[in-house]
Amino acid sequence: MSIKITLTVNGVKHTNKVEPRMLLVHYLRDVLKLTGTHVGCDTSGCGACTIHVNGKATKSCTMLAVQADKAKIITIEGMATHHELHPLQEAFNQCHGLQCGFCTPGMIMTAADFLTRNKKPNEKEIREALEGNLCRCTGYENIVKSIQYAADKMSAPKARKTKKEATV
Amino acid sequence: MSTNNGNGADAPNRFIGKSVKRVEDKRFTTGHGRYTDDIVLPHQTYAAFVRSQYAHAKIVSVNITTAKAMPGVVAIYTGAHVAEVNGVPCGWQVNFKNGTPMKEPKHPLLVTDKARHVGDAIAIVIARSKEEAEDAAQAVEVKYEELPCEIDAFKAAQPGAPLVHDDVPNNICYDWALGNPIDEVNAAMNSASHVTTLEFVNQRLIPNAIEPRCYNASYDRIHDHYTLYTSSQNPHVIRLLMCAFVLGIPEHKVRVVSPDVGGGFGSKIFHYTEEALLTWCSKHIGRPVKWTAERSESFLTDAHGRDHITKAEMGFDNDGKIVALRVKTYANLGAYLSTFGSCVPSYLHGTLMQGLYTTPKINIDVTAVFTHTTAVDAYRGAGRPEATYVLERLMDLAAHEMKVDPVELRFKNFIPPFDGVTQPGYQTQVALQYDSGNYHGVLEKGLQMLGYDDFRKAQKEAAHNGKLLGVGFSTYIEACGIAPSSVVGSLGARAGLFEFGQVRVQPTGKVTVFTGSHSHGQGHETTFAQVVADKLGISMDDVHIVHGDTGKIGFGMGTYGSRSLAVGGTAIVKSIEKIIEKGKKIAAHLLEASADDIDFANGNFTVKGTDKSIPFANIALTAYVPHKYPDDLEPGLDFSSFYDPANFTYPFGCHIAVVEVDKETGKVTLKRFIAVDDVGNIINPMIVEGQIHGGVAQGIGQALFEGAEYDNNGQLTNASYMDYCMPRADDFPMYETATQITPCPHNPLGVKGAGEAGAIGSTPAVVNAVLDALWSGGHEVKDIRMPLTSERVWRAMQN
Amino acid sequence: MIPVAFDYQKAKTVDEAIAALSNGNSKILAGGHSLLPAMKLRMSQPSKLVDISSISALKGIKEEDGEIVIGAATTHADIASEKLIKNKLSIFAEGASMIGDVQVRNHGTIGGSLAHADPAGDWPALVLAVDATIEAQGKNGKRRIKATEFFTGLFSTALQENEIIIAIRVPIPPEGTKATYQKFSQPASRFAIVGCAVVRFPDGKTNIAFTGISDNAFRADNAEAALSAVIFLSDHYASAEYRKHLAKVYLKKALQAVV
Repeated sequence: MSIKITLTVNGVKHTNKVEPRMLLVHYLRDVLKLTGTHVGCDTSGCGACTIHVNGKATKSCTMLAVQADKAKIITIEGMATHHELHPLQEAFNQCHGLQCGFCTPGMIMTAADFLTRNKKPNEKEIREALEGNLCRCTGYENIVKSIQYAADKMSAPKARKTKKEATV
Repeated sequence: MSTNNGNGADAPNRFIGKSVKRVEDKRFTTGHGRYTDDIVLPHQTYAAFVRSQYAHAKIVSVNITTAKAMPGVVAIYTGAHVAEVNGVPCGWQVNFKNGTPMKEPKHPLLVTDKARHVGDAIAIVIARSKEEAEDAAQAVEVKYEELPCEIDAFKAAQPGAPLVHDDVPNNICYDWALGNPIDEVNAAMNSASHVTTLEFVNQRLIPNAIEPRCYNASYDRIHDHYTLYTSSQNPHVIRLLMCAFVLGIPEHKVRVVSPDVGGGFGSKIFHYTEEALLTWCSKHIGRPVKWTAERSESFLTDAHGRDHITKAEMGFDNDGKIVALRVKTYANLGAYLSTFGSCVPSYLHGTLMQGLYTTPKINIDVTAVFTHTTAVDAYRGAGRPEATYVLERLMDLAAHEMKVDPVELRFKNFIPPFDGVTQPGYQTQVALQYDSGNYHGVLEKGLQMLGYDDFRKAQKEAAHNGKLLGVGFSTYIEACGIAPSSVVGSLGARAGLFEFGQVRVQPTGKVTVFTGSHSHGQGHETTFAQVVADKLGISMDDVHIVHGDTGKIGFGMGTYGSRSLAVGGTAIVKSIEKIIEKGKKIAAHLLEASADDIDFANGNFTVKGTDKSIPFANIALTAYVPHKYPDDLEPGLDFSSFYDPANFTYPFGCHIAVVEVDKETGKVTLKRFIAVDDVGNIINPMIVEGQIHGGVAQGIGQALFEGAEYDNNGQLTNASYMDYCMPRADDFPMYETATQITPCPHNPLGVKGAGEAGAIGSTPAVVNAVLDALWSGGHEVKDIRMPLTSERVWRAMQN
Repeated sequence: MIPVAFDYQKAKTVDEAIAALSNGNSKILAGGHSLLPAMKLRMSQPSKLVDISSISALKGIKEEDGEIVIGAATTHADIASEKLIKNKLSIFAEGASMIGDVQVRNHGTIGGSLAHADPAGDWPALVLAVDATIEAQGKNGKRRIKATEFFTGLFSTALQENEIIIAIRVPIPPEGTKATYQKFSQPASRFAIVGCAVVRFPDGKTNIAFTGISDNAFRADNAEAALSAVIFLSDHYASAEYRKHLAKVYLKKALQAVV
């Protein structure tokens, strides 16, 4: 059997017929060709497939595409807006938060969700927030620093000033 | 920080020695990396494997009738179809002590007679989609006749053990020894006033690069040409091994591409059966075929690391000086010889038994054994972590037994500093000659960072309050920059270990660099560009690094053994030297001077002592538009070099761990980790620090978290992330790192290599720290088996 | 990685879901975080999934007649962050925030977790300790099952065939009640090797429940006697003997926390 689903991915609406057993991550990678979301395991352990489903960090390997019918999805490809990198994307570069890059999209998506809930995290909170994401290259320290860097940047006065200016 | 510019010019380094941000990051942070699984070719098909559920079983029959009739199935092949094809080769021949070559049983692409480990491949199913391939693979009926198995290297080598290969008696691949004659070592050991003995297991690890292995092979019938995309650390080596040894197809008809690769740590060096089989299949079905390992498959089929059973003895005189070292190791090779499986426990392990110490008599004896387990090969550090573990565990234990300070014991036994230029290299008892070293320096720096005296006070106080704090030391050395071809050739390597580097100056002065090294996280696109930009006096934006494609890069030996910069970087530097030399001739002609009078610095060719000068870009243009040009010179500005190093490089360092052990549960908390590493000159400190971090995390992972668990039936019982404990962010404190710089005297960059250091030094430091904590509480424990799970530590405290 | 093919039905009501379950080898899909991993490894091969995640009646947390009622399809994350839970049933917030990782908590549901009855799951100990009842609905209507009667063995519960958990009902503990969940995690999966939930009421009555140490979670108010009768699980992270030791250590920790 195949089922029609309609969902919004990175602001673009898609309608497709999919087999019920198709995992959301395979839908994104194989149907929509959004290959920035990766598969690193088969037991929901590594977090490389993390995306946002209706604003929540989600392991897209543990969700069926049919479950995402009507959902709003953001993947790593949707994080930069108007060619401007998301502060986390900039931070990972500035703090050397990646090496091979395979876990990076999942790390960034998890961190982005986390920073919406905790705008001024400490080191311990950041490390705990990464509980569902594995990295084999970095030893995590520079990922922690990247997230701290992005948090600082996102709450820096400069950002507020821009907002204020915009309202003036 | 001292850096060696190497081109003789006094131009300041604008990039070398600086933490330049990585140029490759943007594609990864935006989701535009291109890994092998991201590549879908026209008419793509997908493969799934039928794998043995038993560790040792006769294959009675394989019935593919039902599976073949299932929807979407394109082809199914079993061992019978590829019986005539060679198996994958081993790249290093180690000889028995009596001089006969090691036993080298065939490692077939698909098994026919029997399965030798859980996960051994029995059939490949190719279908239009992944789903259909998996469905059909499940429908292949295999009848097994289960046979007894053995997973333990020591037991497998005993008479009567079940044989992995019928023609390998006692499952022994080889026995091997290195160092001083055993009777000399025995005599020295007998003269010792104290002998520390330690029997332990250096457990089996699973490398677990987060990108699973993936291959995509295609065949172009019109041009009789194959393309293999592979998640490999060394595409040229894969092409060489697959063409020459397995499939017998000419190399010029095969292109092997390693695009972005999601981590390797050694496990992606080797030529795997799936690579050759998919390539073979692509011609037979006339369509591209892709296979991506599932993680549960990776656990069973990626080559594992370590797995040694060792007894080590270290003898000391009255003064605490080491007089002898005797080591006996049973090394588990798994069911088959992987590409470098044979050299890891021998030449990459035994040769490091000198460590940093002046030990006068050393003998290491290794028996390498086949078992009914996944093949074992190089994993970050490869042999050197095992050697370091032997020595550094012995040092802290010996200090405890002799009631001396472990730091003092090391200082007493260190090889004195030598620079390898004005002073000769240090000749070890185990074949190698160290290049340059200052071993006192790294330990002194580490102690400063630790605040050793204060720590010991705090430890006493903690013990008084019923808390267990411990510190562990590890001062390590490794042999990297693998390797001088003539040396490794004489030791049995079946390939040269040089590197290739080509520098192509475009007519506009922009530079394309082709390197045989491969980056799968190391940041070559940045580090190599820093070197090239500085040496040519141009912008980093004007340098593009190309790697990972046999269709573009003349040759290559790839990335492993911390060799990229020391060997691959030097090949590039050699090509740059040729560029500059030719540029000087062109400049001399244009400036009407002698080439000997031309200096090159800051991107300008200048007549010495004058202000007459021509920029690099103009020389480049002239080389391609040679209107006004020397008669005896070819046009163009494009040079290649093959660089074969004169020696290994020998990074070293000092790692210190501080732990707290929970008395009630045995749970270990890592409180501090200090790493002082000397990796020679440093091109990009940020990247070096990142390499150290990653290595340290893996080494700590070995000490505290990781380890393959086989049951007696040969089942890998923790083959998923639900059971195999990968270190996570909240397992670590912030690392405290520092570097010391003792340049490598024999390569122009003065670099030694940084990729493996962290994984080599860290493990024994952590285990030593846990034992020190237990000792502080009065628990006399000699060893706890790694990983130091809470239960194992708790048990150690119950005695 | 790819489940065996199955049919899929999104149910809009509980009745519809129950009707849909009746034919063949069907399973309920809520958050899917226990079921899908098993299906991906082909350890579970249902022929049909009935998705209850969009039945709004199964979601949310409310106070009703002195009880907190949690819809079965409410996620761990929602429970952990809900004000009502934090104020009146803080042990649920504490426990929910220790489950899996953030991505798992965002989708995994309390009902799914209870129905799965993993011997190392956290919810079983929590619902046992707070005297919860599990409200289920089947063809014959609704019924309430006491948590103490719900867990019947390894991955098995008192649920009948085609019965769906619809809510978890917890009597609001009186003011002054203290409660805690103390967990020693398996380092890889972070499931409980030992999970000990303790609720101490103002009158001194103390509920104690364990998970992780045996085939199923259980109440152990008379802990000493209970622990001496348990057949402890054993694996390479914790032998039976070590689990027993940890159970005592974590019991002590938990009791100290509620004094």
